[in-house]
Amino acid sequence: MMYKNIKAPISKEKIKSLKAGEYVYITGKIYTARDAAHQRMFEAINKGNNPPFELNNNIIYYMGPSPAREGNVIGSAGPTTSSRMDKYTPLLLDHGLKGMIGKGKRSKEVIDAIIRNNAVYFAAVGGAGALLSKAIIKSTMIAYDDLGTEAIRELEVENFPVIVVVDSDGNNLYETAIDEYRHFHY
Amino acid sequence: MKDISCYAITENIKEMCIESTHYLSDDMQQALNSAINDEKSALGKQVLNSLHENLEIARAEMIPICQDTGMAIIFVEIGQEVHIIDGNIEEAINEGVRKGYVEGFLRKSVVEDPIYRKNTNDNTPAIIHYSIVPGEQLKLTLAPKGFGSENMSKIFMLKPADGIEGVKRSIIETVDLAGPNACPPLVIGVGIGGNFEKCALMAKHALTREVGIHSEIPYVKDLEIELLEKINQLGIGPGGLGGTVTALALNIETYPTHIAGLPLAVNICCHVNRHVSRCL
Repeated sequence: MMYKNIKAPISKEKIKSLKAGEYVYITGKIYTARDAAHQRMFEAINKGNNPPFELNNNIIYYMGPSPAREGNVIGSAGPTTSSRMDKYTPLLLDHGLKGMIGKGKRSKEVIDAIIRNNAVYFAAVGGAGALLSKAIIKSTMIAYDDLGTEAIRELEVENFPVIVVVDSDGNNLYETAIDEYRHFHY
Repeated sequence: MKDISCYAITENIKEMCIESTHYLSDDMQQALNSAINDEKSALGKQVLNSLHENLEIARAEMIPICQDTGMAIIFVEIGQEVHIIDGNIEEAINEGVRKGYVEGFLRKSVVEDPIYRKNTNDNTPAIIHYSIVPGEQLKLTLAPKGFGSENMSKIFMLKPADGIEGVKRSIIETVDLAGPNACPPLVIGVGIGGNFEKCALMAKHALTREVGIHSEIPYVKDLEIELLEKINQLGIGPGGLGGTVTALALNIETYPTHIAGLPLAVNICCHVNRHVSRCL
């Protein structure tokens, strides 16, 4: 299997080169946000305020970790279901966000916004939180501390493994790959 | 008459919370291991290998298998000769969950109100289902359930005329709609019959049955085998990235029902199908 390495924040050229189905290792800084943090960022932007971190060229990881044991950077840290963020995602993409890491299908509105903004949607392996935590070398809570596991964290990641699901042209691995193995229709 | 102390209940529930979220039961591990051989897609195999590695890390380093350590679901079977002492059983169970989730570094995923959504910070309350059985044992089954898969579950109030074909179609459609969202390979719990709440409870309970063990009712066993085969032809595959292993098991429970109804519940669980039982 072929692998690609990319840096986060991510460049425009790099996004263009990523194709649905590719296995990618991310190194750099990414930001966690899930349901409650998205709602707050969405409200902030709609009121004309800045979200708590720079969206431009950055990647959001849909993840709320379990607490870290002493000596560990973070606890279990796998992706949560992306579709719950669909309501908020087009606005974030229109404000500069370039990538999302999660799991599961996205709405048509999100895929349209991905194409419109030259962005990319990655999946990490759902339910592999212990394994994925090993690629996180630093975690800092930067906003919405009161949300606990749902607070926004800046993560420093090294070779964080993801798969390109929706590329900047709108190709969708969830549709193409499943068709290839589908032998049952009802 | 046998006395069982609430302190023992609390301590056992606490240990079971920690055990179930770090070690997968042998049947689930075996099912995942054989899935690696069965899977035809290269990417699917890669996902399954990652899941295998994940289980090793979880066990060796005491990091939860999945960050969603779930809402604590507990089935309590109380022997009618049992006398609970030293307190209230409901409080004892919730205290066990509190201790397990706080002392075990598990994620607190419960909010105190479904609309206003303030985290209770200790993962209580648990959802507890009691049944009274003969004997002088207390059997506790703890099944922490994540919501990525819970959200993809469904209830159908089918008509008797929909029959077995309607049941099959509804189950397959539910799995197909869940697709990659529910973290396949899945374990699927199904309840057929009873009424609105009974079928849901059976579907949940079916998830606690060991993978590879079938229903004792011949037609139900055949249905389990047929549906698993069809579901694995949907192409969803590990991680929903395409492949031949979409589900590891499909367990069905049934119950008598009303002349006017055919209730059906499909409870989807991910590959981290956690359940542990103890008898006190």
